[in-house]
Amino acid sequence: MTEKASGITEPQPRGAVIRGNHPVDQSEAAGRFMAAPIHQKMHDARLWDLRQKRDAEMHIIPEWEDLRQLASDIKQHTLTHLDQYLEQFETNAKVNGIHVHWAKDGQEHNSIVLEILKKHGAKKLIKSKSMLTEECDFRHSMAENGISVIETDLGERIQQLDGEMPSHVVVPAVHKLRSDVAQVFSKTLGTDPDNDDVHYLTEQQRETTRPLILDADAGMTGCNFAVAETGTVVVCTNEGNADLSANTPPLHIVSMGIEKVIPRLDDLPVFVRMLSRSALGSPITQYTSHFRGPRKGGEMHIVLVDNGRTTRLGMEKFWTSLKCIRCGACMNTCPVFRRSGGLSYGATYAGPIGLILDPTFNKHKYRNLPFASTMNGSCTNVCPVKINIHEQIADWRKELASVGEIPFAKKAMMKAAGEILASPKLYRAGLPLANSTLRHLPRFMLYNRLNTWGRGREMPHAPRETFHQWYARNRAGKKKDVSE
Amino acid sequence: MSSRDAIFEAIRRNRPAGDFPHPVVPLFDDAPPQDLRPQFIQTLQRMGGKLSEPRNGDPFADLKDMQAQNPGKILSVVPEFQGDTSLEDNTLPADLADVEIGVVRAAFGVAETGSVCFTDRLLKINTLGYLPQHLFVLLDPAKIVFNLHNAYKQPEFREGHYAVFHTGPSATADIEGVLIRGAQGVRSLNVIFMPG
Ligand code: SF4
Repeated sequence: MTEKASGITEPQPRGAVIRGNHPVDQSEAAGRFMAAPIHQKMHDARLWDLRQKRDAEMHIIPEWEDLRQLASDIKQHTLTHLDQYLEQFETNAKVNGIHVHWAKDGQEHNSIVLEILKKHGAKKLIKSKSMLTEECDFRHSMAENGISVIETDLGERIQQLDGEMPSHVVVPAVHKLRSDVAQVFSKTLGTDPDNDDVHYLTEQQRETTRPLILDADAGMTGCNFAVAETGTVVVCTNEGNADLSANTPPLHIVSMGIEKVIPRLDDLPVFVRMLSRSALGSPITQYTSHFRGPRKGGEMHIVLVDNGRTTRLGMEKFWTSLKCIRCGACMNTCPVFRRSGGLSYGATYAGPIGLILDPTFNKHKYRNLPFASTMNGSCTNVCPVKINIHEQIADWRKELASVGEIPFAKKAMMKAAGEILASPKLYRAGLPLANSTLRHLPRFMLYNRLNTWGRGREMPHAPRETFHQWYARNRAGKKKDVSE
Repeated sequence: MSSRDAIFEAIRRNRPAGDFPHPVVPLFDDAPPQDLRPQFIQTLQRMGGKLSEPRNGDPFADLKDMQAQNPGKILSVVPEFQGDTSLEDNTLPADLADVEIGVVRAAFGVAETGSVCFTDRLLKINTLGYLPQHLFVLLDPAKIVFNLHNAYKQPEFREGHYAVFHTGPSATADIEGVLIRGAQGVRSLNVIFMPG
């Protein structure tokens, strides 16, 4: 292995400053990310590349739009009959010998898992990536109880070792340069700090994680889909780490949100065909694993978690956000996300899906997030389950206004721009004609400290062209097929 | 009230009313090619998998080459090839960590994605799919299905406790998008066409 150093020394910009329940200032953190040009450029290019690969895959599947409609219909059907399908799933999983548990929130999830581990005298847990366990602040809670938790996904492991949250649902460390990873690994795994060759770093993680996998008492995975008809848990990964976590130790625990259930095996291919194509632009993940029961001599548990989902189900404008399959396509396509990095959102979920999920957890803390959007609608266009993301973002702005959670600067901004900025339809229809509208907005709206999009490179050009026009021009050299 | 009851109660209280029918999912297999092998091979290779073709009439020529280059245990769970180590009744999943090459038969393949399907019955011990450094897979070319809709019609998903699609070897692109084959699982996946 040749030793290589990229020679890049730009320090990694850190995420949003979290101060208790204080509203997270996404634009402040975004500003720092944009002030780190090497990081920002790599991040933007990497995610745009994923978006383009997604488009290429979409074009070779003639039934792509049919699949999106089917996925949306299946999810809406399941969510409106959720009690029925959860009962069916539970019954079938139990018949196959799986232990089923129910947790109303993250805390209960953590104590159920702790109970299971204690019963087995298990102290060492290996796990694969799961956004739900991030919601539950799972690792932290286990550490307090003397359980060592090892993340086995490379990106998630990097984030664990660096004490950061994942910045993206699919590629958790996408905001880091190889030089950042080399630093983290040298401090924590004792690797060569001057070698930031990606092969070297990946191999180091493989070699240091493997003994921990072989030695673990228990393994935990998330769940991408759960089939009610057969009681099957489906997990999609590329590294093989979920299968190692589930199949090596004698105990397998699955953490699953209650919205993951789908009715039948026949529904499953609709989602499997679109998940990795939307996420990474590959036809399928390297591993698509179906667990229907414990393996011989092993034990399998599923913890079904609500953590706000049933409340969301009752929100007239926002319940369809439960259709989300966490593919990350909306993040990859979002100009704000690509330029500001996932950690700037200071929440479990970043990017467009985060803007509509995070306020359901805490309206006050995440009240700024629905403003971190250009409302270009690109997220909605790429979403494989057809969530009307940008319309829900607009609805969140109105909702926050109605409960007095609109920050001062944004209040002024919304007043100045009137309904235009609150309504994506008006915004898109109005702007191309009305550069004048934008030009006559108060100066502070474009250059306000809180408005990152005025501080970035783009807005100073904006008075004579819309963001869309600017974007199309600046992206002119790059092929793109789906409207941004 | 138990958490289970509370969750069901909340769902029944909150679930949106309205007519949301369950759609019928078509198979989308109107015009499959006669020979599914070319598409299977193309996608397999794109996903980093290899097609291992016979040389001098020996279907296992590549396997033997690999064995010569990477000395270590070979564990075969197929009758067509003799390994040099075998499973005992008390073999534990982690015991396969020092296997260099695993040999296993796939239940079927999927042309759309270049995937092969394994089950707990075929793997004997599930970690055989992950802990060896390299995997050789026997696949009956007559058992390639056109797409994933057809794949999920196969009985493997209603029997046994574990079924998995492997599509090429393990991979990651988690650092700056640089694609590395051989992340946590096998470093290579090699398919040998062999009726069975
Ligand atoms: S909202 Fe849609 S595009 Fe975004 S992560 Fe969820 S499924 Fe993917």
